[in-house]
Amino acid sequence: MTDLQSATGLKSQKGRSLWADGLCRLRKQKLAMLCFVIVAMYLSLAVFMYLAETFQWDIDVANWSEEVGDSYQPPTIKHPFGTDIFGQSVFRKTLYGAKISITVALCASLISLSIGVPLGAIAGYFGGIVDEIIVWIYSTLSSIPYIILIMAFAVVLQDKTLFGVKLTGITAVYLAIGLTSWVGICRLIRGEVMKRKQSEYVLAARSYGCPAPKIIFRHLLPNVFHIVIISFSLRFVSFIHAEVILSFLGLGEANRPSWGAMINDARIELSRGVWWQMTAATIAIFLISLALNIFGDALRDCLDPKLRTQ
Amino acid sequence: MTTYIIRRLLYMVPIVFGILLLTFVLFNLIGGDPAIEMAGKGATAETIAEIRAEYGLDKPLFLSWDSQFINHFKNALTFRFGRARDRELITDKILRGAGPSLSLMVPMFFGTIAISISLSLVVAFMRGSKWDTLIVVVCVAGMSLPYLSFILFGQYFLAYKLGWFPVFFSHDLSTARYVALPVIIGILAGLGSYLRFYRTVMLDEMRADYVRTAFAKGLTTSRVLFQHVLKNAMIPIITQVVLAIPFLFLGSLLLERFFGIPGLGYLMVEAIGARDYFVISAMTFISAILYVVFNVITDVCYALVDPRVSFD
Repeated sequence: MTDLQSATGLKSQKGRSLWADGLCRLRKQKLAMLCFVIVAMYLSLAVFMYLAETFQWDIDVANWSEEVGDSYQPPTIKHPFGTDIFGQSVFRKTLYGAKISITVALCASLISLSIGVPLGAIAGYFGGIVDEIIVWIYSTLSSIPYIILIMAFAVVLQDKTLFGVKLTGITAVYLAIGLTSWVGICRLIRGEVMKRKQSEYVLAARSYGCPAPKIIFRHLLPNVFHIVIISFSLRFVSFIHAEVILSFLGLGEANRPSWGAMINDARIELSRGVWWQMTAATIAIFLISLALNIFGDALRDCLDPKLRTQ
Repeated sequence: MTTYIIRRLLYMVPIVFGILLLTFVLFNLIGGDPAIEMAGKGATAETIAEIRAEYGLDKPLFLSWDSQFINHFKNALTFRFGRARDRELITDKILRGAGPSLSLMVPMFFGTIAISISLSLVVAFMRGSKWDTLIVVVCVAGMSLPYLSFILFGQYFLAYKLGWFPVFFSHDLSTARYVALPVIIGILAGLGSYLRFYRTVMLDEMRADYVRTAFAKGLTTSRVLFQHVLKNAMIPIITQVVLAIPFLFLGSLLLERFFGIPGLGYLMVEAIGARDYFVISAMTFISAILYVVFNVITDVCYALVDPRVSFD
């Protein structure tokens, strides 16, 4: 090879992996990168709120429960979104709400991934009766309208003690979202695995006696993992919106501020001309949803141009 | 054709069984016994026992012909859902709520479909232009705004501030009056995602060879769009449209809640507030059955519209 290179004066082109190639293309899209920065800011805000709460840092911004003035003060420079009925800063409540929303969306994603991906892979790889049972389970779940299913789960799980753990506040919310939202990814992974299980590398692995779990988790799943990433960057938005609606209906966090609870407060406040709490929650939700929508689309176009929005 | 429909109907059996199993596990096993909570504080053991007997909660869970498990199946399949927590028959509640829900959802649904399909045709025709980009940006922005904000700000500005519409439902208003604003808000809130979906569908069709041929032989733009492209784009559209119909019966949880419209969405929100498992369970079952039935209808529609789909 080196002889040939020196003889012809050509350098061999190093191949790029799917990820390197996709990320390279993604980096060229300025808007997508901006959106990624916004998402990262929300994530670090959530982490910051966690740290501040755990170590009880005495920082004004993290201290949402402090009374900073009279109730319903309109926005000022010091308190950009005014105060609520208890005289707490709406701005600080909004920042704290990011923690709740991000926690719910992340936990729900983890739950739904850890159910959907293995089930989809197993159904696609083994086929037969295993496949039929898994397809039956997800067809049943998907035949119930999504919002009703989430609510049914959330209502039943709220304040229940399961296996010695009491499900309060957001735990019930992300369990409900996670347990109901794995169907889409399960379907996608099943289809991909079915398509790929006849490819050469799987046949090769099988021919030298590689056990099925190893083929699925070491060979097949890494090759379909970009689908998981794309699907979840887009699904994250719907998790955040679901959390807002559940909190709004009183099924979420009761004692700490969340965006849904803020909107619920705003329902009565708006008629008194108190618009800032509503506006703050709307902007917070809008920014992260917009950023995730644009970033998710860009990621999809870069990693898998063939996959369209489901 | 008949065999095809019968076979599709048989596929429904395991799904319906699954739905009943799920609602049983969810509400009877995990949800537990609401009798103590229903009897209220300081209730005697007799009152609790009476409530249990009234709702059939004193029967064994499994392993008997008169068990809760068997009764759950029997009642659901005969659409006798028993009584809600306030002792009213659930069937009555649902029948009463269906009217207001439908009068809200049907105009909203057809409005959204008509507007988004015609807009998507225009956008698909202008693909790549500034207008196309602008509309896509507006769509994504609309999708990112929370539904609740659409409703609250719409209600506040259009009804409360400007007084163009009534703020809340009341019985002396005509249907058209109280439904108008929720319908407008619903259309606006849903337009983003619908338009984006149809735009993708239309764009796929616009790239096809038959479109180039149609233009090449000198057909007018409107003729190509409405007679050729629309017809071929029908398959994904039909899926969306028919599968959205079961949701029409369900009404809109949030819109009905905000505007006080006494439909099925409102019933559901009330049931969630009161932790009324009986109503939630019945609503879950009915919505799932509707969805399954309409799924079969979609498949039959496919076969009717698209000659490439065979009945085998």
